[in-house]
Amino acid sequence: METIFQGVINAIRLITSLDPELVRIILLSLQVSGLALAIATALGLPLGALLALKRLPLRGLFLSLLNTGMGIPPVVVGLFLYLILSRSGPLGFMELLYTPAAMVIAQAILSFPIVTSLSHAAIVGVDPVIRLAAQTLGATPLQEAVAVVREARYGIGAAVIAAFGRVSAEVGAVLMVGGNIAHYTRVMTTAIALETDKGNFDLGIALGIILLALSMLVNMALREMQRGGRAQTEVRLWD
Amino acid sequence: MGLTVQLTQIAKAYNGSQILADCSYTFGAGGVYILMGDNGTGKSTLFRIAALLEAPDQGEVRYLEGNEALVPDINLKRRVTMVFPRVGVFSRSVYENVAYGLKIRGMDHNLIREKVAKTLQKVGLAHKTNQPATTLSSGETMRLGLARALAIDPEILFLDEPTTHLDKANSKLIEDCLLTIRQERSLSMVIITHDASQANRLEGRKLLLSGGKIWEI
Repeated sequence: METIFQGVINAIRLITSLDPELVRIILLSLQVSGLALAIATALGLPLGALLALKRLPLRGLFLSLLNTGMGIPPVVVGLFLYLILSRSGPLGFMELLYTPAAMVIAQAILSFPIVTSLSHAAIVGVDPVIRLAAQTLGATPLQEAVAVVREARYGIGAAVIAAFGRVSAEVGAVLMVGGNIAHYTRVMTTAIALETDKGNFDLGIALGIILLALSMLVNMALREMQRGGRAQTEVRLWD
Repeated sequence: MGLTVQLTQIAKAYNGSQILADCSYTFGAGGVYILMGDNGTGKSTLFRIAALLEAPDQGEVRYLEGNEALVPDINLKRRVTMVFPRVGVFSRSVYENVAYGLKIRGMDHNLIREKVAKTLQKVGLAHKTNQPATTLSSGETMRLGLARALAIDPEILFLDEPTTHLDKANSKLIEDCLLTIRQERSLSMVIITHDASQANRLEGRKLLLSGGKIWEI
């Protein structure tokens, strides 16, 4: 008990003094997860919109695959990516293994199905009359799609936040393809695992507090997004 | 010159049920037409087909300018608009809703502001310009739908039951607005209503959709 108490005190000291090692790890974590999410959103949102707005062949199969992908264990992604990026793998020549780039790819793969599938659900949920309204006002098919996607913005925001929550908290994939190299590929989750192994609980607890705070922030943002969406629906129902 | 809409032998069926059959009519340029008929007779379907939002199973919809037949492309579609009984407001401000049709046409920002202000004034919603559109009452929502349609200066306006479910005050506001627009500019209006007295007040040619065809009454 005393170890935990002392650890928390020291952790708070590390946080308030903006310990350079701690800051470096937090910044790298945010960079990796942020970039991964940007890639996943850039690819997943258009795909989600396409699946929602166009009657594509094999749409059901795509959606089933995406839904399965939402629950894929990070270590499985880590394993496959490791095999692909390792020296003997098909992309070994790119020498990406144990680099932040490999971690970004791993997290992008993990977040892509979440962003795509939840964006699809949000766009499908938009009242069809919105699309019709855009059409009657002279929208081209692309402008129509943009109008519908804009209506789904709260749901899409929630999709992105949910994906961020998943990737920022995962440890398996980044550990396997990043290697947890100090000052290079060490992020919050992998650092916590390592520091705990070493018995250095101060840094571990400090990172744990930051991760928890981040997770809480993400969940609060998600709740706000969902509330925003619900408030609009309620207004429509009253109307 | 104005647009003429020529419907020729239109047929449309849904789930095996024939809604429109051999339906032909010409809506002349600059005219006002009041379309009546029982529920489920296909008035809204006919509107969607005439407004180029839906293709008929058979028959042809032709838009003519003078004697010249126009290609049903986006340029023609932008000269025609329709207001549905459920307006479908965008969850943005009243201003943004009315500005939408102008923005997608790439109109200048200042012109848009001017046009939106004028149109909102016309439908009595100027004081709600910055309000979220989803918080409007049903009467105001319908007026917003009308404003959104009028802002784009359509040459043909299809109005599907614009005053159904509205109280007398809101119905009168919309009727007055339609009558004023008729005096101000030359546009064709085709209006669906179940209200015979409203049909008289709007001073248009009365039509009945029955048995899948349009009849003059």
